[in-house]
Amino acid sequence: MPETKPILMQGNEACAEGAINAGVRFFAGYPITPSTEVAELMAAKLPDIGGVFMQMEDEIASMAAVIGASIGGMRAITATSGPGFSLKQENLGFAIMAEIPCVVVNVQRMGPSTGVPTAPSQGDIMQTRWGTHGDHPIIVFSPASVYETYYLTIAAVNLSQKLRQPVVLLLDEVIGHMREKVLIPGGGRLIVEKASDKAPADWKPYDDKGVTPLVPFGFGRYYHVTGLYHDQYGFPTSDPRQVERALDRLHDKLKKYRDEIVLTNYIGHREPKVAIVAYGCTVRSARAVIKKAYWQNRLPVGLLSLQTIWPFPDREIKELAEKADVIIVPELNMGQLVGEVERCACGRAEVIPLNRYDGEMITPDQLVEKMGRWLS
Amino acid sequence: MGNRKEILLTGAGGQGLILASIVLAEAAVNDNKNVVQTQSYGPEARGGASMAGVIIDVDTIDYPKVTKPSILLCMNETSFNKYLPKVDTDCTVFVDSTFVKGPFRDDYQIASFPITRTAREELGREVVANMLALGVINAATALIDRHIFRDSIFRLAPGGSGELNQKAFDAGYHLYEQGPEDGIGFSAQTIK
Repeated sequence: MPETKPILMQGNEACAEGAINAGVRFFAGYPITPSTEVAELMAAKLPDIGGVFMQMEDEIASMAAVIGASIGGMRAITATSGPGFSLKQENLGFAIMAEIPCVVVNVQRMGPSTGVPTAPSQGDIMQTRWGTHGDHPIIVFSPASVYETYYLTIAAVNLSQKLRQPVVLLLDEVIGHMREKVLIPGGGRLIVEKASDKAPADWKPYDDKGVTPLVPFGFGRYYHVTGLYHDQYGFPTSDPRQVERALDRLHDKLKKYRDEIVLTNYIGHREPKVAIVAYGCTVRSARAVIKKAYWQNRLPVGLLSLQTIWPFPDREIKELAEKADVIIVPELNMGQLVGEVERCACGRAEVIPLNRYDGEMITPDQLVEKMGRWLS
Repeated sequence: MGNRKEILLTGAGGQGLILASIVLAEAAVNDNKNVVQTQSYGPEARGGASMAGVIIDVDTIDYPKVTKPSILLCMNETSFNKYLPKVDTDCTVFVDSTFVKGPFRDDYQIASFPITRTAREELGREVVANMLALGVINAATALIDRHIFRDSIFRLAPGGSGELNQKAFDAGYHLYEQGPEDGIGFSAQTIK
């Protein structure tokens, strides 16, 4: 591995670099604050490495182009913010149904609507889960640092390929625009596997036995791609047994690889009395508080940070609720993921939200105030 | 937390404060320090309020926003009026006297230098006022090794303007050595 040297890198830049390192060679998008740097960097870099950058007429077309490129055999990604993410929903649902691998980056800004373009928010938590219609599965990662953005982008690309499942990388404005010192591992880039070379003779695009690697269009296999419920060959069906089996199939693949998908990190006391559950930039405020309270003052506190927010880390929250008396959930919204935490805590721990929605970060002082009596 | 330095660069959009903060942050990385750079700006590219924060520490930096600046730069009147009341009295405040006029309160550590005027008159380009300001700040506080800082400026200066920007940085050192134009309660010794 070549020598690595610390460099200054922006979150959005880490996302673009991570994507390229994971073999992404296609980007289609429509620039929007605070995600624009991802598109800018992809435009600067992709043409030189045999990739394609397309600025589309809007976000709907961008998502369609990404799906098309992916069926054509390229690793493909798009980046946007709330208003654009809303437009991508229909095609995102199509990609989930047709099992087309792709990664959608949403750098959240204050909403609803065009909101405050340059202010951070975590208002799209439920939209990433249920923004597109139907009873679909989704994978959503939420990084808390520039380095996490880099490696979660790589994880998103790889998982989307492996499971033929769209993955959303959900940043917030703070993480997307923040620059910090990072050590990016060197080494060769990943090789894009040509599934067509290995596909067995009886390859089916939607095999009942499980997910098969996608054989790109134009590589000698003929199949049908549709948003309708379909059989093993991709042709439409409304046979109740096949419909049920097809929806189970979409969910089962995520259940099977649950341990690879659900990523969390815990720091603090083994038997915390009070714990924080956080994701995205809010992890940074929480970590400052917990480090001081636990590392310096040995208080029974802890922090569970969620790199994966969907599928929701239910087991991890249950485990935490068994130990902790109180779980505090700071969010830059009026309370979204806190409902999931409450559901999984099942009354075993008291769940207290801490919400801020004025376009500023939750400060360590706000958390300290909320934790008040447990910190003394 | 004695090693933690929080720097707030404030002014108007178009004065190059975000670029200045990136150069400062990159110089800090090259000087083997941990650093986080953040920014806050409105939808306007020019003329609106602009603020950039840099935190430099030997420890890892968790909360990324500046809360207790040890150094504040104000490049216009609006930012001076907005941010001065938010800092502690032991914060070192650098003011561009081209746009911000004294007399200044003597309960703060305020030093004013004709930053933009010097960039215009001595270097012929107002746009390098940001690097000149970094020169003044670094001369006064020795945040970063001067040579490492100059290298970072050269690397990040847009399209062929590396030498001009380095000259502006050096002019900042010169300006500092001449002493502040105005500012009560300021002397080189008071700067931490």
